[in-house]
Amino acid sequence: MSTVLYDTPGPRGILRNRILTFVFAAALLAGLYFAYLKFDEKGQFDAALWEPFLQGDVWVNLIIPGLVNTLSAAAVAALIAVPFGFVFGIARLSEHKWIRVPAGAVVEFFRAIPLLIMIFFAQYGGSAVLGLTVTSFTAVVFGLVLYNGSVLAEIVRAGIQSLPRGQTEAALAVGLRKGQVMRLILLPQAVTAMMPAIVSQLIVLLKDTALGFIVAFEDLLNAGARILPANFQNLIPAVIVVAIIYIIINVVVGLLANWLERRSRRSRKTTIKPVEAPQSVGVG
Amino acid sequence: MGALVEEFPVILGAFWLTVRLTLASAVAALVLGTVLAAMRVSPFAVLRGVATAYVNTLRNTPLTLVIVFCGLGLGLVLDVSFSESLSTNYLWLSIIGLSAYTAAFVCEAIRSGINTVPVGQAEAARALGLTFTQNLRFIVLPQAFRAIIAPLGSLLIALTKNTTVAAAIGVAEASLTMKSLFERHQDSVVAIFFGFALAFLVLTLPTGLFFGWLSRRLKVAR
Amino acid sequence: MRVRRIGALLMTAAALAATLTACSGGDKFVIGVKFDQPGLGLKQTDGSVKGFDVDVASYIAKELGYTPEQIEWKETVSANREPFIQQGQVDMVVATYSITDKRKEVISFAGPYLVTGQDILTRADDTSITGQDSLQTKKVCGAQGSTSPARLVEKFGEAWKGQYLTEQQGYGNCLPLLDQKQVDAISTDATILAGFAAQSPGKFRLVGQVFSEEKYGVGLKKDDKETRDKVNAAIEKMFADGSWKKAVEANFGEFAPNFATPPALEKY
Repeated sequence: MSTVLYDTPGPRGILRNRILTFVFAAALLAGLYFAYLKFDEKGQFDAALWEPFLQGDVWVNLIIPGLVNTLSAAAVAALIAVPFGFVFGIARLSEHKWIRVPAGAVVEFFRAIPLLIMIFFAQYGGSAVLGLTVTSFTAVVFGLVLYNGSVLAEIVRAGIQSLPRGQTEAALAVGLRKGQVMRLILLPQAVTAMMPAIVSQLIVLLKDTALGFIVAFEDLLNAGARILPANFQNLIPAVIVVAIIYIIINVVVGLLANWLERRSRRSRKTTIKPVEAPQSVGVG
Repeated sequence: MGALVEEFPVILGAFWLTVRLTLASAVAALVLGTVLAAMRVSPFAVLRGVATAYVNTLRNTPLTLVIVFCGLGLGLVLDVSFSESLSTNYLWLSIIGLSAYTAAFVCEAIRSGINTVPVGQAEAARALGLTFTQNLRFIVLPQAFRAIIAPLGSLLIALTKNTTVAAAIGVAEASLTMKSLFERHQDSVVAIFFGFALAFLVLTLPTGLFFGWLSRRLKVAR
Repeated sequence: MRVRRIGALLMTAAALAATLTACSGGDKFVIGVKFDQPGLGLKQTDGSVKGFDVDVASYIAKELGYTPEQIEWKETVSANREPFIQQGQVDMVVATYSITDKRKEVISFAGPYLVTGQDILTRADDTSITGQDSLQTKKVCGAQGSTSPARLVEKFGEAWKGQYLTEQQGYGNCLPLLDQKQVDAISTDATILAGFAAQSPGKFRLVGQVFSEEKYGVGLKKDDKETRDKVNAAIEKMFADGSWKKAVEANFGEFAPNFATPPALEKY
């Protein structure tokens, strides 16, 4: 698309583009140089602030445990959210109003409110109402499951609805019961179609674990913004390093998702189009 | 229930802050996102590269981290300061964080909108002799925007909910206020939670309906 | 097939969780301390913990007859100290744990081993702050969920809060803000301030005018009078043989004079 927006430049156009490119590049470099000067002026390039990242111990004892907590919170939340999504997604398609309506209400409710207030509620409500101690891990997982589970429920519903009606009709005609139609005919096809959307939602879930920082969950962001600065007074460098770790993880998982999608598209036997991922704006 | 009535002015103030935070960030994100999208389809490799790098970085960083970095980093390193009043200063820093993050998603939405505009439109515009800027301004972007009203609406809803993350740097918007009300009224945690949830529903549901209506109304007939 | 695989995965996860939460048996002595509080309880790069609370806890453990190898350090945060003691997840908590009547309803306290109060930290060259009243027109940083900023808001009002107070995620994040003049003061327990400030010698000044009283005690299981008496005896011995003073000097550096005298025990 980008190439149809402008003509192939002629000799004067090429010259003008070169000059403009030079101007933009110079402006960019000037901006970077300004940031560099400011970092330097504030002593943010001091070796003492960056040297900790060269020590194996710092990684083993301070950073990796945070990373492990982030990944385990994401894994546990995903393991619960996916079944949650399937149960509620299918329930919304039920023929019985008393199943369909409450399921729809739950899904719509948790999709419409911020994840953070669910986490706060889990933290305070658990002890105030039930007398339970809710660890920050539990609170984070609770919020992630309800929010992402509800988004996944919508993906599941869309996946099943994207199948041609003829599939259900034919299955019923050959004598399958409703449960069998869902299990044997609809779900296997729908799962293929919604796999990419599910995976991209799980990436969002992984990113959202960073909200745990606000409730003092000992995650990767906590390691970068609290634990490392407490030891080395290097808030800015630590946050930058942790950001790079997050970006690497998300890019790798994203590539994995793309590969999965290509693979499933290759082996797909139906002509069903993949379900479009919902607006996957990470909250965390 | 009593706690909700008693604290009503506090809650109202908190949500008013949430609304202002949302609107200011939305405007900034829309402007920045449009500029980024224009950069990504521009004839200049440098601009395309910068915009692509920006979008990929911001989209893969957790929002909490972006806000913490803006809240602490911009002031500490770049001497960014908006106001002598601390709460106003952190409010603006969180707006920067929220809009910088959301702009990456706006940029992607606009790009997908540009892709819905038939190639013939841009070609016809070029045949008439329009330059790149004119082409974008008069032909492509107006149609692209009308095609992405619904996704922009979802982004606005997501942004409304995301303003809660400003709590990370102590901006007393709705979620942080809810937390302090939890501490003050430990016997009515459930009522307070549902009160705040309801208020968020009031903010987000009409937004969704309005943008759905708008996108149907402004749909480009093809 | 796929269903079975997911089932197996769930089982594995459940089993893993069960092993992780299983109580550490044997003759281990589990002590709850803070992991993120310089000067009091801070997890070090090499995985060990260091601080005044840690020194006090080690001394008590030694007096109770445990070798250093038997001690297991466990992180406790403000929110989970009581439940950890009640559920027996830790044998003892030494984690900036203020003695209050409300807490005494569910657990027991030995000590106090240190008495401190809300104080103010400023830049070393800023002499304009002399006490709580000076904060009326100064920018102050506090931690979210801490009672210290709330005490200031109560005194100076909501308008002051909007203009002069910012609440960050923990006092550690306040320090760079103070250093770079984004704020003029940090206010909370003197021990916490001293612990952070001692890491950057010469940069900060502790005002030394406390305006509240916090008594740090050792959290123990409720009504375990025998252990409580033993712990109190250990603390008294620590005061008497000079180890207490040594621990103060080792952990609070230039601010050690602020914590010169050991407090009187509250035996019950």
